[in-house]
Amino acid sequence: MRYLPHTREDIESMLKVSGLSSLDDLFNCIPDDLKTKQKMDIPQALSEWELDTHMEELASLNAANKNCKYFIGAGSYDHYIPAIIPYLISRSEFMTAYTPYQPEVSQGTLQGIYEFQTMVTQLLGMDVATASHYDCGTALAEACLIALRKHRTSNKIAVSSLIHPHHRQIMQTYLGPAGYEIVEIPYTDKGVTDIKALEKMDDIAGIAVQSPNFFGNVEDLASFKTVAADKKILFITSFTEALAYGLLKNPGSFGADLVAGEGQSLGIAKSFGGPGLGLLAGSKKQMRNLPGRFVGKTLDSNSDKGYVLTLATREQHIRREKASSNICSNNGLNAMTAAIYLATTGKIGIREIAQQNHDKAFYLKTGLEKAGFKPAFNSPFFNEFVVKVPDSFKAKKESLINDKNIFAGIDLESFYPELKNHYLFCATETISKLDIDQLVKEVQ
Amino acid sequence: MKEINDLNLPEDLKYTKDHEWAKNSDGVITIGINDYAQDQLGEIVFVELPEVGDTFEKGDEFGSVESVKAVSEIYMPVAGEIVEINEALEDAPELVNESCYDNGWLIKVKIDDTSEFEALLDKGAYLDMLKG
Amino acid sequence: MENQPGTKGLVFNEPEIWDKSCNGRCAMSLPKADVKRAQLDKTLVGDAPELPQLSELDVVRHYTRLSQWNFGVDSGMYPLGSCTMKYNPKTNEVQASRKGFASAHPFTENSYSQGSLKLMYDLEQYLKEITGFHAVTLQPAAGAHGELAGMLMIHKYHAKNGRQRSKIIIPDTAHGTNPASASLCGYESVNIKSGKNGILEPEDVKAVMDEDTAGIMVTNPNTLGLFESNIKKIADIVHAKGGLVYGDGANMNAIMGIVKPGEIGIDVLHLNLHKTFSTPHGGGGPGSGPVAVVKKLEPFLPVPRVIKNKDSYEFLTDCPDTIGRLHTFYGHFGVLIKAFSYILSMGAKGLTNASKLAVLNANYIKESLKETLNLPYDLPCMHECVFNDAIQKEHHITTMDMAKRLLDYGFHPPTVYFPLVVEGAFMVEPTETESKEDIDQFIDAVKAIAKEARTDPETLRRAPFLTKVTRLDEVAAARKPCLCG
Repeated sequence: MRYLPHTREDIESMLKVSGLSSLDDLFNCIPDDLKTKQKMDIPQALSEWELDTHMEELASLNAANKNCKYFIGAGSYDHYIPAIIPYLISRSEFMTAYTPYQPEVSQGTLQGIYEFQTMVTQLLGMDVATASHYDCGTALAEACLIALRKHRTSNKIAVSSLIHPHHRQIMQTYLGPAGYEIVEIPYTDKGVTDIKALEKMDDIAGIAVQSPNFFGNVEDLASFKTVAADKKILFITSFTEALAYGLLKNPGSFGADLVAGEGQSLGIAKSFGGPGLGLLAGSKKQMRNLPGRFVGKTLDSNSDKGYVLTLATREQHIRREKASSNICSNNGLNAMTAAIYLATTGKIGIREIAQQNHDKAFYLKTGLEKAGFKPAFNSPFFNEFVVKVPDSFKAKKESLINDKNIFAGIDLESFYPELKNHYLFCATETISKLDIDQLVKEVQ
Repeated sequence: MKEINDLNLPEDLKYTKDHEWAKNSDGVITIGINDYAQDQLGEIVFVELPEVGDTFEKGDEFGSVESVKAVSEIYMPVAGEIVEINEALEDAPELVNESCYDNGWLIKVKIDDTSEFEALLDKGAYLDMLKG
Repeated sequence: MENQPGTKGLVFNEPEIWDKSCNGRCAMSLPKADVKRAQLDKTLVGDAPELPQLSELDVVRHYTRLSQWNFGVDSGMYPLGSCTMKYNPKTNEVQASRKGFASAHPFTENSYSQGSLKLMYDLEQYLKEITGFHAVTLQPAAGAHGELAGMLMIHKYHAKNGRQRSKIIIPDTAHGTNPASASLCGYESVNIKSGKNGILEPEDVKAVMDEDTAGIMVTNPNTLGLFESNIKKIADIVHAKGGLVYGDGANMNAIMGIVKPGEIGIDVLHLNLHKTFSTPHGGGGPGSGPVAVVKKLEPFLPVPRVIKNKDSYEFLTDCPDTIGRLHTFYGHFGVLIKAFSYILSMGAKGLTNASKLAVLNANYIKESLKETLNLPYDLPCMHECVFNDAIQKEHHITTMDMAKRLLDYGFHPPTVYFPLVVEGAFMVEPTETESKEDIDQFIDAVKAIAKEARTDPETLRRAPFLTKVTRLDEVAAARKPCLCG
């Protein structure tokens, strides 16, 4: 096996040093009755050639193996990934390093993550950002835990029903066993969170609202902040489409205390939903309540600048059962990917790409309406929106995938049973005018 | 780290088994961590304190003191209401190392009953406890 | 140091990225605007974020220089105990970047995702075979996330049985994630000490195990690199009181093909694909932490689960007793592909050999260095061995000093000051992919440093010298946190 360097002579001489005569003797300290008598039923080792063939066969069973057009998002977006991103991120010094616990030989990861934290604070208008989390759903659950732990009396958190349904499920998984309760805030016929319903809610420890929300609509974050301030509780916002903040006013400008988001749009492949990138940012006041890693700037013994992991006392390896979270790893390489992406687009590029996302989505919506689909909600949106389709669309949608490699819309009924025949559409910069015209023609 | 005999433990203060000190001035108790605690923790990087107006029972955890690689919870030696916290520690936690009995105090607590304070250890009793 | 990999080299300086910014530059090829501009309501539009403005070469050079300040497995031996820094095969990266996988959207229906589903299903079968369990979930995003999944299942199991419990037993050798994960389920940690041979004694477990205790979390082999040979007796004690045994499989690399944790009394086990199954650590993730369970815990696995019909695969979400969802989609699919490729490349025989050689390498280092460094537990070890600085103390040299000096010799240091039960721990895990020659070089380096500890301790205390930066002021970093520029 090419990964195992030992020759027979190596093994013999190394065993001799340990005073053993066979490799099996190495396991003498394990009682015989604990050793397995069963073989591992795993296919015979494949050569690299055979592996290539096998994996290509598997990959080709996915529709994505063809050149597809994605008119779907809902937490995973098809964006262009510039060639320099996979090229740079594949540098093995980044890829094959461990967590930067030895800062003298980890300055690359550390400065890169420090820059990532900085760019995330710029994007979101927040004071501090962590070195990243698993995904938006888990970051949001952690944010809710902060609000709940800080509140002395309430064990309930108000959560918009237009937060990604899967994120709400994760919150339930995380919060339920600890004895916390989630109260859902309904949505209005405009497809936004019902602030009036929220105002009536008493005894809550925090408010969580996603914007753009699951329907793609932009929420009135300023009003939610007012309610949170009145109730003296933490205001948490989330998002699944990071590029929205290339165009929209950022959550920090509305006074968000905590922001959880998904960074997959920032140069990371969809990869069937993971690994993505959990973003978590906060106001200065929340800095020490945030879970996960931080990189900070300092000086070395020669007074040269350098970077280290810092504020580690919040973390599990020091605080153990009293830690703010059990999180240990971050999605470091994907954070670095996002940093490279943000440096590549820069201030000019991110605005232009974000604007084009909105332009294309607007053009798509107009086209679909012309084709006879009905707009579901009349609210401003970024690159996703909901339309009501005729009964015949379900069959059409199948044939579009099978015949044209077009993924057109996500059926919302399984998430919101009241929304029969409602579909969530998305258009990004990878979709051309021609693609949209073709889709509109197909569904007419 | 300091030997027990090198510790600075003023005679006029009371001490706790958790290595805090307390001083009574007219029913307001000033509380901090003592020389032994600051020496054991090493360079202190952060002090977490309660808010003015909070009330605690004796023995409640009211905050924590952190070094780079360790955290120590701090407990109320007496029951009472927080009337003042040392806000200077937010920007200069090193004051606890430099001057634990003076500029590095942590909180001031108003008490109703001085018996809890009176029951704390004096220097001699504290030293006996340390020597075990 | 002549024969050591550490040497001189030109190290580039590189400013923070915004210091290279110049208004008007953009490194991105922007798509042509082919539809009409759609103006959003002005009150919703913000200023463009202040990101750096650079050319493409600016970006490439910046990150290339940064990368050169890093040490990775591809740079040199990385014997970080408990982290299993084995070689990360390059073919795995090729497999994960295949278009059919990398472009797959998580909301494409089952019938259009058969490749992904089959891969996940098959990987679950292989992990079942390796661990000896009844069912597996691939959803947890990392080891700690897997621990949380496992603890949530234990929590749900007790709830389902009608009586929740309040405590969990955790040995002093455990990773910090263990008590932290248990806390999230509301369990209070009951810490027990390992016995004098560095392993758990059944009597100590018996003394604390009661009907209010949900179970025990055991890492086997433990973080001292020792096999918990009383595991079966301990499991019997815990089971007799209705508790469950959680296995932390972080150290599975020592026992593949030798011990199946599912056969020795463990009820639920997490694996770290980024340790045992060769996926890259990426400077701190993304990892992947699948969880394997015995039959009675299967109903509690997170959803969605992957099931096989006659000749197709699908996601199943309708599981009434599930703990729920743990990840937005199906876990770190991209990482799963790499572990899957590794298992297929190794086969059963290759995996067993990997474990044998990992244990051989560790024992060889233990025997070769036990005169040089103090060895608190001089027992046959598994995949790692734990020394400390007791011998060097005489010269006022600490584990940290030796670790830093190793950098100058061109090696990444071992894990230091963990496990907590060994004062000044120096925890070496070579892994199976290091050759005898590289290990001998490492042994020579440690011996040379131990000599320096006697002859030139002052140099050791100031090490390292050849790195981009010297020792950093962590106190200043924590006192006045500067977390963004």
